[in-house]
Amino acid sequence: MTRFTDHAGRPVIAITGAGVVSSLGAGKEENWAKLTSGQSGIHTIRRFATEHLRTTIAGTVDFMTPAEAGSGALTYALAEAAALEAIREAGFAIDDFGGPMFLAAPPVELEWWQRLKLDEDGRKAGGTAPGYDRLLLAARAGAHPDFFGSTRFGDVAAKLQTRIGARGLPITLSTACASGATAIQLGAEAIRRGEAERVISVGTDGSVTAEALVRFSLLSALSTQNDAPEKASKPFSKDRDGFVMAEGAGAFVMESLESATARGATILGILEGCGECADDFHRTRSKPDGSPAIAAVRAALADAGAGTDGVDYVNAHGTSTPENDKMEYLSLSTVFGEDMASIPISSNKSMIGHTLTAAGAIEAVFSLLTIRTGTLPPTINHLNPDPAIALDVVPNVKREADVRRVLSNSFGFGGQNTCLVIAAQPA
Amino acid sequence: MPTPDDVVITGIGLLTSLGEGAEANWAALRGFSAPVLDRERFAPYAVHPLPEIDWSQQIPKRGDQRQMEAWQRIGTYTAGLALDDAGIKGDEALCATMDMIVAASGGERDVDVDSMILEKAGESDEDIGIAINQVLTTELRPTLFLAQLSNLLAGNISIVHKVTGSSRTFMGEEGSGISAIQTAAARIRAGQSTHALVGASYNGEHPDMLLGFELAHLCLRGEWAPVWDREPIEGGGMITGSGGAFLVLESRSHAEARGAKIYCTLGRIAADQGPVGTQQTTARLERLAAETGIAEADMIVSSASGALARTADEKAFLAAHAPSVPVRGITSAFGFLRDAQFPIAVAVAALSLSHGEDLPPLGSDFETQAEKAPSSIGVLTTGFCAAEGMVVLTKANGGGE
Repeated sequence: MTRFTDHAGRPVIAITGAGVVSSLGAGKEENWAKLTSGQSGIHTIRRFATEHLRTTIAGTVDFMTPAEAGSGALTYALAEAAALEAIREAGFAIDDFGGPMFLAAPPVELEWWQRLKLDEDGRKAGGTAPGYDRLLLAARAGAHPDFFGSTRFGDVAAKLQTRIGARGLPITLSTACASGATAIQLGAEAIRRGEAERVISVGTDGSVTAEALVRFSLLSALSTQNDAPEKASKPFSKDRDGFVMAEGAGAFVMESLESATARGATILGILEGCGECADDFHRTRSKPDGSPAIAAVRAALADAGAGTDGVDYVNAHGTSTPENDKMEYLSLSTVFGEDMASIPISSNKSMIGHTLTAAGAIEAVFSLLTIRTGTLPPTINHLNPDPAIALDVVPNVKREADVRRVLSNSFGFGGQNTCLVIAAQPA
Repeated sequence: MPTPDDVVITGIGLLTSLGEGAEANWAALRGFSAPVLDRERFAPYAVHPLPEIDWSQQIPKRGDQRQMEAWQRIGTYTAGLALDDAGIKGDEALCATMDMIVAASGGERDVDVDSMILEKAGESDEDIGIAINQVLTTELRPTLFLAQLSNLLAGNISIVHKVTGSSRTFMGEEGSGISAIQTAAARIRAGQSTHALVGASYNGEHPDMLLGFELAHLCLRGEWAPVWDREPIEGGGMITGSGGAFLVLESRSHAEARGAKIYCTLGRIAADQGPVGTQQTTARLERLAAETGIAEADMIVSSASGALARTADEKAFLAAHAPSVPVRGITSAFGFLRDAQFPIAVAVAALSLSHGEDLPPLGSDFETQAEKAPSSIGVLTTGFCAAEGMVVLTKANGGGE
């Protein structure tokens, strides 16, 4: 182990740039001020009609693109804003980043306004019955280059690659609600393999639509506490009833510490470790004994070369679903034992909602800011604690603390469990 | 020279219109005379359809089968074939430590529900957004979402085959398949992983999938021709298909320690993406060729899509830079399998090397006869609208660099 290599002899990974957008605002400054003051970004949805929907609240980002531009355009705009903030902070040219890109982005498909427009075009082109034959006729008969882009899963990455000058074939990935953390993990692994001196990892999600709400509602995953939107997301509370969908993006520029030091960059923090483990139990539920999440936490700590006594704060996955919060408590109390009672843990999702594909990246940025500012963001709406969850959730009000190392958890549908360990730069 | 850190292929799972299993597909390719096509169901478009499959052979629980849409069933089934082939299926310890990277774009919509909404849109005076909400809320099957989500192919593989070391899903057409194999192999080579399941599947038998391509006027509408010869035919040159390709990759030392059969050695994968003009595409292909040495291989297996512009660029590149290397455009036989294009080409190259047999031309004059059985094969994917990838495979005892 030297200054530039870790406990396993691998390059130490420095975080030199970070960017974030959420329903609270654009940029780290605005987000951090609002997050630490316990402000919620959850509101009644105004962007589209919500009649017939069981859930009518979300943490949508309504200040980036016009509503009619659709979710693909918003997903890109969010990713671009977070990426540019991170690249600027790191001090690279914003159009010539020169390293590979790892992008966590939601799956795509034609949106309803596009299908309706195609149906209209198909009718004009002589199609008789509504349906896919008429949509295909419209596609054949006219030019729809933008619609084509909406069907391409690599489209957002291709545009962002061009914008920031990322090198090589960008990777677009999805590990459901762990995606943002996986993007950071892939970037870290590439640096450790010596493939790149610097990488950019981005998680983005602008996919709150009526259909997405219906899909999650049908799985009984969403809170239906529509009357007081800012109070609906209440992780670790007894009366939690589901997560609140939300939008946003987070980004890290990471470099080998050696390369960052050589160019005189400011080291914001260290990406010490990543761990993952897949669950084979069920498509939406976790194995009852929590073993995959436990294995992911342990793998992340081992990868970081850290013991259970070295974690000062946990940035929870904390979705506010009955199942997740219980399972997260089970896994943490198994790994950390009695120590867990004295490790503060809070859920950013109590304020910004569940940003899905972006969550792992956004929460990694907030974990870094926790270390840098010495402020633990609160878990708001914690008025009715779940007696079965004995955690110090930093209830309702921020707290000052000396934080040297953070564990950030991400758990998702499809058995995805990914954890990150982020630390302060060694003195 | 072979080294313990080489990445080798020890398992192949294939499911295509030509049949089920690696051997059946190799035999069908060797004896190829015409593709299996369905011209009726999606006319004026043809598709290479899946044969009748007894899904319970790899997905024993009916409940699991019902939880999946077609692309997930194809992928989960094909992953099972690959694990079986590698002798890993059912080995709890090996599966629990096995890494997995799946290339999957996913998403299969309920055609009936969509058609219902489109019908309502034409006749309703109500705000269409409200009408859509009403139909979706009442008509969508509650678990359909899970059968659409990209990462749930990997999720189903974990559930059915117990592969749980890690689970990552890459998205983005051919590029995702290239990156999946590139990343899995790089992790093994660097000691970040010892064995990995990697692959992709695609269901071409769905109107929404055809719609995606036809929005850019990419689908062929006339008679079938080999991928290299489609410019004169009406439409955009692409014929899609259904199928899957999964591989088991291992470090040579890991494979040898457990006495696994080794198909071939996988070289370093080179990949890039950028503007798709002919000049820029050619420059990238030239750089990747220099990195991989593909022009020195004995044969090139290409997954050219048939899409006119990109396939013409690839053809011109091959004619200029590898004029004496026999090329095989396997999409002529299988149809275009989107995310699975690179994995299936790697699988075919591995089968050729392990059999010690060349792949005969697949109907095009562009494909010259091979003079000998290849001992090295280049794989080339030029994505239909983005991404390029190359790798050279050598025989089982060949070096991986």
